[in-house]
Amino acid sequence: MTQQFYVSPEQLMKDRADFARKGIARGRSVVVISCADGIALVAENPSPSLHKVGEIYDKIAFAAVGKYNEFESLRQAGVRYADVRGYSYDREDVTARGLASVYAQSLGAVFTAEQKPFEVELAVAEVGPTQADDHLYRLTFDGSIADEHSFVVMGGQAEKVSSAIEAGWQASLGFADAVRLALKGLTPAQEGEQPAAPLPPGALEVAVLDRLSENSRGTRRAFRRLNDADITALLA
Amino acid sequence: MQESTANQVAANATSSFTEHLQRDRPELLPFSRSLQGGASTAVPVQVPHATTIVAMSYGGGVLMAGDRRATMGNIIASRHIEKVFPADHFSVLGIAGTAGIAIDLTRLFQVELEHYEKIEGTQLSLEGKANRLGAMIRGNLPMALQGLAVVPLFAGFDTSAGVGRLFSYDVTGGRYEEHEHHTVGSGSVFARGALKKLWRPNLTAAEALSVAVESLYDAADDDSATGGPDTVRQLWPVVYTVDRTGAHRVPEADLAAASRAVIEARTVAGREA
Repeated sequence: MTQQFYVSPEQLMKDRADFARKGIARGRSVVVISCADGIALVAENPSPSLHKVGEIYDKIAFAAVGKYNEFESLRQAGVRYADVRGYSYDREDVTARGLASVYAQSLGAVFTAEQKPFEVELAVAEVGPTQADDHLYRLTFDGSIADEHSFVVMGGQAEKVSSAIEAGWQASLGFADAVRLALKGLTPAQEGEQPAAPLPPGALEVAVLDRLSENSRGTRRAFRRLNDADITALLA
Repeated sequence: MQESTANQVAANATSSFTEHLQRDRPELLPFSRSLQGGASTAVPVQVPHATTIVAMSYGGGVLMAGDRRATMGNIIASRHIEKVFPADHFSVLGIAGTAGIAIDLTRLFQVELEHYEKIEGTQLSLEGKANRLGAMIRGNLPMALQGLAVVPLFAGFDTSAGVGRLFSYDVTGGRYEEHEHHTVGSGSVFARGALKKLWRPNLTAAEALSVAVESLYDAADDDSATGGPDTVRQLWPVVYTVDRTGAHRVPEADLAAASRAVIEARTVAGREA
């Protein structure tokens, strides 16, 4: 029998965090922006069917970067949590805060107890009746949770994208401007180069949470996925 | 070892909300509650019952209408109950039978369809929806045998075929596709007679609405458990249409006009039966 080497807890956690961070940094970025019309979720994603952005409940959406199978299982668990809660209590008792804390607990448990941490970063967004009531939570692989106000950027070049969006963000943005801003952030100009060409609609995944879906579409489900034609029309 | 993990994952991967509840929270299912305590007595349990739903196809879609009365024995338990509900964007559900269980089943069915849509990223086919509803009714069979039966009527727009379709059920979950029109509930025999005389192919949506109101009126005329249009309280039937654009609730004003037209015509005729 071979003797186990002693590894200090600090070193163990640091190695796990480095491993997860590396996995996440390989992926492309996702941007979630709160604006006047609601919340826009924009991802660079060439696949039309493997989504990085999804609906969880009436007013709640989910966005993720990292390993697909890991965040997809978290998304499905979130849908189950929300549906069971809404069915057994009431639809309005399903909140992003509750969902985010469940995610934080599961990510934290996986990070400390499992063989390998999840290589994912998540955002949970809830649209409110006014912009002040919007909630954006960012969750990282170790279960840390942060409450953001204006926008969340996750994935590969998060810092670069984030600084580009910070420069252009205003509370009064409409969906078209918010998506344009996200695109500008996702294709940052390299140093000393011409600004990169904007991404074509086929390489994008865009979804929105309508602030007033009851009035505009007659449904309490605020989540709407935009297809290529919708994206082209929105940005025209 | 690996294969068994894969099998386990596959077995746990379900897009069905009902299956998820059955596995993790069986106590939340409307039909998993045991009625052993005292339910074996000969007297049926006194709970509100809902009655008379009519549904019919028209040119471009389907229409479903329900009256507003719930009864408990010979007592009117509610004048405001709604028995027709939107199931999802392209389908509606009408319920007759034990009101409490029927409303819970409706809620479960609505979550079931939405859950599937969110997990899979696509809508269930109309046939798939009809089969899921059948499975839920079958799940309620033990309760039905104790007198707490629920009989739904399901209507939806089949987006792949481009037509409206109607499905009826029995308490064992048997699913039957209906053509033209169908009706369920204690007043259904009377409504059915009216439908047979008034329905014809390719009605417009407005004509279908007046046919539905007229047949509910006939049901209310002869069945004490079905409520007619209530002009004093301004209560009209609940009516939904489903077409290519989705399910829509018919506005109160249209229902008031259609109901008043029927009442007017009967008043003018002044006949006994």
